[in-house]
Amino acid sequence: MKVVLRYPRREVEVAGKRRVRELLRELDVLPETVLVIRGSELLTGDTVVGGDDVIELRPVISGGTAARPAGGGEVGP
Amino acid sequence: MKCRKCGDTAALELRRHNAAFCSPHFIEFFRKQVREAIRQHRMVTTEEPILVAVSGGKDSLALWDVLIEEGYATAGLYLDLGIFDYSVESRAKCEAFASARGQRLIVERVEEAMGAPIPVVQKVTRRPTCSACGLSKRYLMNRAALAHGYAVVATGHNLDDEAATLFGSVMHWQTDALPRQSPMLPSTHPKLARRVKPLYRLSERETAAYAFLRGIDYIVEECPFARGATSLAHKEVLNRLEEASPGAKHNFLFGFLEKARPAFERAEGVTLVECASCGQVTTGTICAFCKLADHVKRAAPS
Repeated sequence: MKVVLRYPRREVEVAGKRRVRELLRELDVLPETVLVIRGSELLTGDTVVGGDDVIELRPVISGGTAARPAGGGEVGP
Repeated sequence: MKCRKCGDTAALELRRHNAAFCSPHFIEFFRKQVREAIRQHRMVTTEEPILVAVSGGKDSLALWDVLIEEGYATAGLYLDLGIFDYSVESRAKCEAFASARGQRLIVERVEEAMGAPIPVVQKVTRRPTCSACGLSKRYLMNRAALAHGYAVVATGHNLDDEAATLFGSVMHWQTDALPRQSPMLPSTHPKLARRVKPLYRLSERETAAYAFLRGIDYIVEECPFARGATSLAHKEVLNRLEEASPGAKHNFLFGFLEKARPAFERAEGVTLVECASCGQVTTGTICAFCKLADHVKRAAPS
């Protein structure tokens, strides 16, 4: 199967069948940080994938929310 | 894995709830969580128009979608940060979303207000990019709400955002920041809009799943300035804890809100005044945004 990852975008070929949770473990991806997508469906950890599947591991983590600095002077204390 | 409600194939497992849901029942679950957040914190009334701050990302567009579906009168507010192709694409996502749903989208440009886009601000100041950006967003959100007659601004902050912010504040014991962390910040001045976070009960993965299952076309790529941000490191730590102990993020944030936050609330409230330069609310003579804009104007190449 083909596994599509991002940041940076890349594709990995993985041979054989396995459950989604095992695939994530092998790729060192925390389940909480991605959606596992096959076509138009979301897959849960117990789904078996392999063969001709194209699996996208779409990151869900947004970043850059700065903690508010100490001290006043800003709108909305 | 089967849906807890109907027994169909599940689309998403929610380990912290010891549950899994099919697509329709997950969407139902998601909306129920938003309704509960709004109800519990009295965020808005059904008659009150809401200004929804949108970035083109999954959280803010999911929020806008659910508020529209729940029957609220809304308008979107997009803040154009001027971050190269990222801003061009994210603005296009917001415009397409608004157009498809017949909603109004208000656009404010940081460059117009600050005198320079965020990449220039980053170059000429010593502030971390996300800090200057966050300050600009809070300022412009409030200014736009006042200018367009909205008493409340909703943002797409989710459970992970809130837990990571709390983690950062606790790591540095920023005790003045702790009482300000809340799903609802009331208006404490006639020129200060109420700010609400209706997604705070939902994890980042849940908002992404909602956006995907609702067919929302959001920008998946991350802001180029977010790479290496401290908040991402905090999120990773929390997600490792979550993997070992489902519900860890929820317990951390909700435990704080229910048990610890009151202890950090100030005995005396701060006095808010109007900025001598722009008239927006501040605690000093000149607000932080005007100070930053002044710095940028003096330092930026003309």
